[in-house]
Amino acid sequence: MATELSAFVTNLTLFVLAAFVGYEIITKIPTNLHTPLMSGANAISGITLLGSVVVAGAGENTLATALGFLAVVMATINVVGGYLVSHFMLDQFRGGGN
Amino acid sequence: MAGVLAQYLPPAALQLAYLIAGILFIQGLRDMTHPRTATRGNQISAAGMFLAVVVTALWFDILSPLILGAGLLVGGGIGVWLAVTVETTEMPQLVGLFNGFGGGASALVAGAELIDVLAVGDSLTIGLTATAAIAGIIGSVTFWGSLVAAGKLHGLVGDSPVSTNVGHAIKVLFLGAAVVAGLVLVIQPDALGNAPMASWVPSYWVLVAAASILGIFLVVPIGGADMPVVIALLNSYSGLAAATTGFVLGNTALIIAGTLVGASGLILTVIMCESMNRSLTNVLFGGLGGDDGDS
Repeated sequence: MATELSAFVTNLTLFVLAAFVGYEIITKIPTNLHTPLMSGANAISGITLLGSVVVAGAGENTLATALGFLAVVMATINVVGGYLVSHFMLDQFRGGGN
Repeated sequence: MAGVLAQYLPPAALQLAYLIAGILFIQGLRDMTHPRTATRGNQISAAGMFLAVVVTALWFDILSPLILGAGLLVGGGIGVWLAVTVETTEMPQLVGLFNGFGGGASALVAGAELIDVLAVGDSLTIGLTATAAIAGIIGSVTFWGSLVAAGKLHGLVGDSPVSTNVGHAIKVLFLGAAVVAGLVLVIQPDALGNAPMASWVPSYWVLVAAASILGIFLVVPIGGADMPVVIALLNSYSGLAAATTGFVLGNTALIIAGTLVGASGLILTVIMCESMNRSLTNVLFGGLGGDDGDS
């Protein structure tokens, strides 16, 4: 119980510090970068793929594996598609802007 | 029994790889706020994701590598296909769709982890059920809210901005139902000890169902022109859902990256509102109760 609680506090520390970092890095941003940044951040939120991989691979229970498989598919779409679309968006700005 | 990497490396190596991925995400996001460095930033962030996924897949014991490989191939294929074939004008709704998938995955992972923990005979702790409940609610709201938002931008969902008291009452009702189901989930294992699966699994899926309806009713009354802001907010939610799933699994990469997106996504949402001279409350709840002060 004690180790569990201290692990929770360690995780909470990461949460609070990451929240401040996330708040601080978005300062002045040109309007035409709003959508690419949103898309890029969206790809990062596909980090849940790590959890999907662990759960899908655990294989202790058929239902859990099935849910994990579905989660892997959805999260991979989010990650791969998200980074690609952000890249294409930024490509267009470069072509059109200059 | 553990994965290939875990047999040769000390446990700290996994945490170190996640730290490096976290640094790449932060640097990538920061670079994406400047026109000159934006493309590089996106690539740095993608490199961090690649590192995190590969290390995770090789670290943990994967009993069903075929299933995992199939999932990655199918998801990757669909992702590439959608990104390559999309029309430029349709990119915003595609981002919304991707975002929904991420949130939905978080909700599924939290549910699957609850099942897995009971399947190996461990008892559920309050910490596990509480964080799973939060991940379930935020993830489901994100999934269905994003689908509606993407559908509106794509012209598949009717676009008639309405703000009624009945609509607000429905939202409160289903939020309440999701929270009650979450409380049942949290209290039950403590009261019954190692409760049989049938006694708690339904509460998690009731929670997911209620939060799904909530997600739909949150976005349906908002006008199509405000959808980019809504998708930005839902993007922040999917980050939070991932972070909460990180608490469920004890995975630091999920906590760091998810929180990063949760916080930066929220700031970006507010900035996008300001550039339209609107307040976030005004966008989310329409004229009703939407004073122009900040929320």
